[in-house]
Amino acid sequence: MKLITAVIKPFKIDDVKEALKTAGVQGITVSEVRGFGRQGGHTETYRGSEYQIDFVPKAKIELVVDDTSADAVIEVIQKAAATGKIGDGKIWVTSVDQIIRIRTGEQGADAI
Amino acid sequence: MLAAAATIDSGATAWVLVSTALVAFMTPGLAFFYGGMVRSKNMLGMLMQNVFALGLISILWAAIGFSLAFGGTGAWIGNLDFVFMKDLATIAELPGYTGDFGLIIPILAFFGYQMMFAVITPALITGATADRMKFSAYAVLIGVWAVIVYPVVAHWVFSPNGWLFKRGALDFAGGAVVHINAGAAALAVVLVLGNRKGWPREAMPPHNLPFTILGTGLLWFGWFGVNAGSALGANGLAAQALVNTHLAAATGMLSWLVVEKLRSGHATSLGAASGAVAGLVAITPCAGFVGGMAPVAIGAVAGAVCYLALRLKTKFGFDDSLDVIAVHLVGGLIGALLLGLFADTKVNGLGFDGLFFGGGTTLLVNQIIASGATLAFSFVVTYVAAKVIDATIGMRVTPEDELVGLDQSQHAESAYQA
Repeated sequence: MKLITAVIKPFKIDDVKEALKTAGVQGITVSEVRGFGRQGGHTETYRGSEYQIDFVPKAKIELVVDDTSADAVIEVIQKAAATGKIGDGKIWVTSVDQIIRIRTGEQGADAI
Repeated sequence: MLAAAATIDSGATAWVLVSTALVAFMTPGLAFFYGGMVRSKNMLGMLMQNVFALGLISILWAAIGFSLAFGGTGAWIGNLDFVFMKDLATIAELPGYTGDFGLIIPILAFFGYQMMFAVITPALITGATADRMKFSAYAVLIGVWAVIVYPVVAHWVFSPNGWLFKRGALDFAGGAVVHINAGAAALAVVLVLGNRKGWPREAMPPHNLPFTILGTGLLWFGWFGVNAGSALGANGLAAQALVNTHLAAATGMLSWLVVEKLRSGHATSLGAASGAVAGLVAITPCAGFVGGMAPVAIGAVAGAVCYLALRLKTKFGFDDSLDVIAVHLVGGLIGALLLGLFADTKVNGLGFDGLFFGGGTTLLVNQIIASGATLAFSFVVTYVAAKVIDATIGMRVTPEDELVGLDQSQHAESAYQA
């Protein structure tokens, strides 16, 4: 099983969600996060004083999938989240040892 | 400010009562104007300091403030004739308010109306001292200030017995009494209190500009009560003051935005709010003494000059956190001085003609004297009071309390639950 984590532009979250649903994904977890990458931050001006804002708002998506469908899911996310401009974000994949559905106690692939 | 008459005019009374409510509404408006500009951990601290003024200062005004401002016939300070509101409901007239200055509203209405000015004036200081003053020190400071500073300046300038009034200095609705007074006091307190930890190196952007815009709306709305209410009648002068107020606010906004766009590249929402307030501050002393397009000129100068005055704090290194000096002190001075140019006795026969209306430099000189005297008195007395408070109970929160914010450290609350 793989944990797929994607940090994307916040306004792309609906596109990615719809694409994943269409691809048959059963659930995702989303959080609002801040950070910086190569895009860097931006400046804001308040009453003539410029502030450098280093952390840019991003959306983080997490989902656990079967080993066999990981590549397909990654491709779906990458296509849906891309704008072609700097700051589109990243996707990374982590191996997952165990997964348990709390209600039933099912384990492994059955719990996804 | 109307023609002599000991009789009560119902229209005038109704308008002043409504204006009292309008001005009362400005203090919570100011709370949101300022509150939006602080960091979220200090939101309740800012709201609380402003709202608290409605509580404490109102009581002090009834106990002694009004009497020190409007009692007796002295030139320098009132007396104790009206302490604890003694005789206010029954006396026929207020000292000095006779003849041309006779009131046509109940003295209690005048008392209540002036009370709201006394409340908001020390609250203006909170913008300069944001995020780092102990609540207890603030309470003591504004309490002392409402007794030894505000009534004195109000007496000098507003009371027909006051020395600046008698000299011929004009202040229709509080350019000196409210704005120069509060601005000078704010500077004094900031110098005693010191800068916020991390200023100006660390970014401290406003946490909620929508609140600031909302507060601007409340202030603008209430300001009609300040300026048109100061006609103390429901008449043409009140209408003139109302129109002047609105035009100056509008021009102040546009003027600030133009300068801001040229200098920093964007017209900002905070700039629109700040420019409108700068225009409102500057028109305050002038509202019932100027006419025609003068308010447009006054608002335009205020918007541009107040914007440029923002740099003073970084140049001289004092952390006037929300620009009380740039907007209220500088804006108040602009209004006081421009009144020396634009005052027109055709608008108000109880005023004097300014330089542009054939009055020569007499009024301008008096405006400079009144502004300078107000600034110096307020600054010096406030500085001493703040020093004494700092040496006894301490003015400033601990570095740890400053880091967690005033909401938690001073009030054990949070403005926003995660």
